[in-house]
Amino acid sequence: MPLRKKMEPKTVNNNFKSEEYFINMGPQHPATHGVLRLLLTIDGEIIKKVEPDLGYIHRSIEKMCERDSYQQIVHLTDRMDYLSSHINNEAVCLTVENALQLEVPERVKVIRTIIGELTRIASHCLWWGVMGMDVGALTTYFYGFRDREMINDIFEETCGARLTMNYNIPGGVMYDIHPNFIQRTKDFVKHFKTKIPEYDRLLTGNVIFQKRMKGVGILSKEDAISFGASGPVGRGSGYSCDVRKHHPYSALDKVTFNESLKTAGDSLARYEVRIMEMWESLSIIEQLIDNIPEGDYKVATNAVIKLPKGEYYQKVETARGELGVYMVSTGTKNPYRVKFRSPGLSNISLLNHIAVGGKIGDLVATMATLDIVVPDIDR
Amino acid sequence: MSYFSNIYKGVKTLLTGMSVTGKVFLNSRKGSITQQYPDNRETLKMFDRFRGEVVMPHDENNEHRCTGCQKCEIACPNGSIEIIWDRKVNPETGKKKKEIDQHIYHLGLCTMCGLCIEACPTDAIVWAQNYENSVFDRSHLTKVLNQPGSKLMDGVED
Repeated sequence: MPLRKKMEPKTVNNNFKSEEYFINMGPQHPATHGVLRLLLTIDGEIIKKVEPDLGYIHRSIEKMCERDSYQQIVHLTDRMDYLSSHINNEAVCLTVENALQLEVPERVKVIRTIIGELTRIASHCLWWGVMGMDVGALTTYFYGFRDREMINDIFEETCGARLTMNYNIPGGVMYDIHPNFIQRTKDFVKHFKTKIPEYDRLLTGNVIFQKRMKGVGILSKEDAISFGASGPVGRGSGYSCDVRKHHPYSALDKVTFNESLKTAGDSLARYEVRIMEMWESLSIIEQLIDNIPEGDYKVATNAVIKLPKGEYYQKVETARGELGVYMVSTGTKNPYRVKFRSPGLSNISLLNHIAVGGKIGDLVATMATLDIVVPDIDR
Repeated sequence: MSYFSNIYKGVKTLLTGMSVTGKVFLNSRKGSITQQYPDNRETLKMFDRFRGEVVMPHDENNEHRCTGCQKCEIACPNGSIEIIWDRKVNPETGKKKKEIDQHIYHLGLCTMCGLCIEACPTDAIVWAQNYENSVFDRSHLTKVLNQPGSKLMDGVED
């Protein structure tokens, strides 16, 4: 326990300036978006050190995967990064399909991509609302949830659940899309195109918001690469790391979209990257929604899936960054080892680097732009 | 001078933001997604595929379609389903046949993943769309899906 050692009176006298002290932010702090404990060393209000203390919501999902069959693993990944649950499911299914060398129908690929992009928009909507709330604008919270509700209805009608959908299965998707799916998605795209400019007018252009964001929490491109940052956090620093662009999966090789890149590396850049990503996701959905190919919505697999002996890796781009699934199979019906490379863990590791020297209020805003989901960090 | 221009900019962005909120406020009835639950219980209808809980439909003769093959029990990731079964002699043919005694479903353990319903070869279990699952005691969450005295529908084979 390094903390207790430092608090002994002798060391305090020797090593500490009189005004430095510790404060716990979390695990029940609303700004940490879950059960994350941050151990802050602060001098007045200036942050000297941030130590994230993880493990409060560790559920040993990786170990549980070793117990489960390949179909059963999928539903556990819903509970990692619950805001991009469909993309997590997709990652596992793609790994299994690659290992089996199973070619899924085109229809499945397109459905997966559309729902994946809808998930990304839903996640960014929620992030935008919470982001505004973290810097003191409560209205954004309601507006973000209002638009997310439409996506949740689409999910509920087609997949049966709003958040933890478990719609993917190895070999396809669980059911065919609902007859209303296409119309509802089109309605949403039309609706949301009028809403993003509203977001910009309400929050992005606001002078107070700009001052809170600009030049705060600067992350250079070199640091982004060396800390393993991915997703909007990496792209806000000019690090081109979009898995959808560099290693396209599902139907993403058929669509054209721009990778959202900003070079400033501050909180505002990360914010703008996510807003740009919403536009790109809308454009991907628009390109695919009219051309969903006919065909089967799944290919039959064996009731007991056994992967050939070997190691398999697949990465996808979730709303938070690069999710990697690494599976080791010994040829039995359960994996020997499953490892998830989650974007949240890498992104939280650079919090100390970018928050030192700022104020506590800036830490809250910076953490909001990292868009952490704590179950994704702990798994 | 920058002092006054800052004030001007601040007021301008404030008014821009307030024009958005004002518009939403005036059109609040149109774009509202708020539901007056529980007052709208009568009219609130869930989607057909909504995963409320697993049920076993019975027809008017109190017959179900479950053959007791236990595929749902194997497919379930967290042991929400237990099937107690027995081999009984069919009086007509004299053959021994598997028959369920109790199909036990622990709603409190269920994660609504839908793998059991996918695995069922005879469509014996389906999703129900009820959404009010809270009870006062957790023992009420353990349910027996087959009704007392029910038997297997004729002609259902797995």
